[in-house]
Amino acid sequence: MISGFFIFNQKGEVLITRLYRTDIKRSISEVFRIHVVSSNDVRSPIVTLGSTSFLHVRHNNIYVLAITKNNANAALIFEFLYRFISISRSYFGKLDEEAVKNNFVLIYELIDEILDFGYPQTSEIDTLKAYITTEAARSEVTDIGESSKLTTQMTGAVSWRRGDIKYKKNEAFVDVVENINLLMSAKGTILRADVDGQILMRAYLSGMPECKFGLNDKLVLDKAERAADNAVRLDDCQFHQCVQLGAFSSDRTISFIPPDGEFELMKYRSTSDVHLPLRVHPTVTEVGTSQVQYSITVKTGFNPKLSATNIVLRIPTPLNATIAQCKTVSGKAKYSPAENVIIWKIPRIQGGSEATLTAAVDLTATTTRQPWARPPIDVDFQVLMLTASGLLVRFLKVYAKEGYHSVKWVRYLTKASGTYQIRVRSFIVASDIN
Amino acid sequence: MASGGNDAKFFTRGKIQEFKAELQDAAKGKDKKFVKRKTVLKKIVANITMGNDMSQMFPEVIQCLPIPMLEIKKMVYLFLVSYGRVRPDLIERALPHFIADCEDRNPLIRALAIRTMSYIPLPSVLSALVEPLRHSLKDSDPYVRKTAAICVAKIYLVDHRIVERERFIDNLKELLKDANPTVVANSVAALTEIADRSDTIVLKFPYSLALKLVAALENCSEWGQIYILDSLLNYVPQTSDEATVMTERIVARLQHSNSAVVLTVIKVLLYLMNYIESKQSNDYLCKKMGPPLEVDIDFVRKAVRSIGRLAIKISSAADPCIKVLLELVDSKVSYVLQEAVVVIKDILRRYPDQYDSVIPILCENMNSLDEPEAKAAIIWIIGQNAQKIENADELMDTLTYTFLEEAVEVQLALLTATVKLFIQKPQEGQKLLPKVLKWATEEVDNPDLRDRGYMYWRLLSNDAAAAKDIVMGDRPPVNTDTDRMELGALDQLLLHTGTLGSIYHKTPETFIRYAKGKALKDSPALNATSRRALISLPTGGPPKPVSTAALVPPIPQSIRDMQSEARSPPPSATGSTMAQAQQAAPLGAEDDLLSPSEAEYTGGPSRKGTVDSDISQDKPALPPKSNDPYAGLDSAFGGYVADQPKPVGGRPGEFDDLLL
Repeated sequence: MISGFFIFNQKGEVLITRLYRTDIKRSISEVFRIHVVSSNDVRSPIVTLGSTSFLHVRHNNIYVLAITKNNANAALIFEFLYRFISISRSYFGKLDEEAVKNNFVLIYELIDEILDFGYPQTSEIDTLKAYITTEAARSEVTDIGESSKLTTQMTGAVSWRRGDIKYKKNEAFVDVVENINLLMSAKGTILRADVDGQILMRAYLSGMPECKFGLNDKLVLDKAERAADNAVRLDDCQFHQCVQLGAFSSDRTISFIPPDGEFELMKYRSTSDVHLPLRVHPTVTEVGTSQVQYSITVKTGFNPKLSATNIVLRIPTPLNATIAQCKTVSGKAKYSPAENVIIWKIPRIQGGSEATLTAAVDLTATTTRQPWARPPIDVDFQVLMLTASGLLVRFLKVYAKEGYHSVKWVRYLTKASGTYQIRVRSFIVASDIN
Repeated sequence: MASGGNDAKFFTRGKIQEFKAELQDAAKGKDKKFVKRKTVLKKIVANITMGNDMSQMFPEVIQCLPIPMLEIKKMVYLFLVSYGRVRPDLIERALPHFIADCEDRNPLIRALAIRTMSYIPLPSVLSALVEPLRHSLKDSDPYVRKTAAICVAKIYLVDHRIVERERFIDNLKELLKDANPTVVANSVAALTEIADRSDTIVLKFPYSLALKLVAALENCSEWGQIYILDSLLNYVPQTSDEATVMTERIVARLQHSNSAVVLTVIKVLLYLMNYIESKQSNDYLCKKMGPPLEVDIDFVRKAVRSIGRLAIKISSAADPCIKVLLELVDSKVSYVLQEAVVVIKDILRRYPDQYDSVIPILCENMNSLDEPEAKAAIIWIIGQNAQKIENADELMDTLTYTFLEEAVEVQLALLTATVKLFIQKPQEGQKLLPKVLKWATEEVDNPDLRDRGYMYWRLLSNDAAAAKDIVMGDRPPVNTDTDRMELGALDQLLLHTGTLGSIYHKTPETFIRYAKGKALKDSPALNATSRRALISLPTGGPPKPVSTAALVPPIPQSIRDMQSEARSPPPSATGSTMAQAQQAAPLGAEDDLLSPSEAEYTGGPSRKGTVDSDISQDKPALPPKSNDPYAGLDSAFGGYVADQPKPVGGRPGEFDDLLL
């Protein structure tokens, strides 16, 4: 397991040192400084010298490092390092050299608690915050009853939640966020379309509420023999620590006692029947070797009540393009010579409508014989209240003591950024001039 | 969101005498809410962090122990953990405070006391800890019990005799049945570590215990789940049904968001599959373990390479592999295409004449390739098969157009391919050949390229027939021995899934000092396939490095090896030979730097006596940068990170001691 935990700044100066085992010495930090911090070409986050392995993560202007002399579980160490970063961010707002120096005593307290003999222990932020606090809000845990409650919580089955949380109004917000990836051929066939989804929850609920979460998961609906057309096949799901995995695997119910506040309840992937919010129809004509003409239409694939926003199309131009004349009534388009693209920005397209751009790009004579590779058009956008996978939250039930009222909200968002691509082919016509 | 503290000002080098005076003054005068002493202690902790020796502060810091303030107590404890070993004479003064804390009513304080004491590996501290620890292992509070469980492992590593004499192992076994899941998890972790270090203790979990542990999983923290899952390798299924039940109980964990939980589940599932008879069950598990479709470029590249390797190693798999690769080529996703071209090149070489129909498809995509490795691959294909490609000369003409701007790897490939084209189709190649030879020998600075150019030039002008024999001669078959594993070695390696060993493709005993190997254990349930591969670990004596045949070089390395042309001089810029040579050289030199005391120090339980003698905390183990003993390693290091991670240092412990 972990023998030592260190934080370095960019110069390789030590900001935090904590040794958990006697098999390394403090001076080992020199080895890391020489081999990783001062070395220009280290890309590997793991360096093993002899029996000693250095596993590090760079974050802002610091290195967070764990050292082990065993055949340690590398995945565990990295998960731990990233967890340390998220705990620190939750405590200090950010984690960088300044934050580490300003809070070093607190960090020592934290790493004494979350690592024992190099074994990660409690790492639930809420629980830690109950008794390891910043200067401003420091209060001594001296009350025995309070301490016992804490220790029970830290070691218990619901280590992520304090039992005494109270809200005047019990509210839970669910955000379903989908990233859509598309690769479409020039002929308009879908080469690849899938969705990476995330269900984020913000729970402001009193006490220890048990939540049950229902999706239009195809496996569930099929089992219930409720023939639903809009059921979704989820290829791969991953859940937050709070979700009872045993229950999910036996009958696919998602039940949990949520942590307080914001957390990622689940991640999923869907690859079947992905619904394309936007379709792009490009026509590209190469006129001789002197000009390329574009006519590009964007059509929406959702109902008129919804709209796509922040649409950005990046339309590649040949490397020897000189000027481009763009015409559109929707949004603005301009040629960016540095990136060899026409960037077409449309603030909003209502469902059921479409937008068109025409452009003519002039080319200089070139000596390059390699033909233009015609990279795909890339589209970024987002659509509120739509899921490309078709996923819907059927219910969120909160079970608590009687008279417990809770208000639940659901939002959906589908977005594409950098991975929604449409290939183009060009028609070649002889130039009119000579 | 917390705004955070304001302690950065303490990060300045301080004078011991000043700190001493400040602490003494604060103790004498008024120190409201202990603010002054808290400030000095913070300065001291900052100085410890910066590597300044604060051990002389021992007497004054110890005097702060009675202060009834948790924050101060924690800083003093941190000081004692850092310097306790240096001042065994003074640590006695802290012991009464520790003992009192061990009996505190507050469970957090009790746990803090035993946790801190067990970090100070001095005989006096450990013997004072024995009684409190015995109580703590049975404390009414689970937090204290879970801390006590880890303490046993800590003591075992310093002095295993204490643990044996006090029969703490029995306490740990008892705690495996604890009602609290965290206590169970930590006890399992402690026992596993102890068994790893011990020559005498071997963990054997009966089925009933394994079931109990698995039942605790659902209520464990993610880390606790990992410790418990890991320990399941100590359970040897006696029937196929047992093993199947076990897999059913843990397979749901694959959906955990912590990747370490997932990898550990995979390790245990792979292990259990050895004891499962039904092929259907195992197929189901394999499918469950299949990684999701990642949109991760590195991952996809590795997957494509693996398909290629499969085709090369198993001839019956070549057809389906080629089919899949062609589908990938058709996807036209740039990096997938490039990777596919690289692996298809190797397949074409492994099975000459079998997949000629693939060649035109690859040539069609020639212009989309921009990575040197992929370009070199398509050039090799064209050169080698010039006879079969109708417009080979046109393709070569296009490719050589940018000769002078290409990477050396591509230039070398172009040169060889041009010669091959000329030899196979003298008519069509004769125009291109002199041009490329002239570039290679006159316009390029790279000596390898120039030498190869001259070699071809002389060869062709002296004896064209010999040139043909040499250039188009029989190629040695693609060798897959480099990554061949001994039967059973893979099974052993899989028992280390998720660990450093699995990253380096080495079993831990081959690169980590004192590491124990793992091997499948025989049982009536062991299925026929696994039984055939059953090998036991070598017993007795220090771990010897396994013969290199069993070592598995990382995947891309071996593929690269296959690529280097047998008859051509090895390109020095890309070959793996260089990195290997550099690795071997500096290690010998470092042996001289071992001082005897450092060489003896191990920190392991068997050589306990040396722990105390090793007290030079502040003495830099390494000379200053000017005569940095690692200076010579830098380039070798660079070579290896550019490629695939692998531990530096051939044999375990070779320059291990420098790092203490």
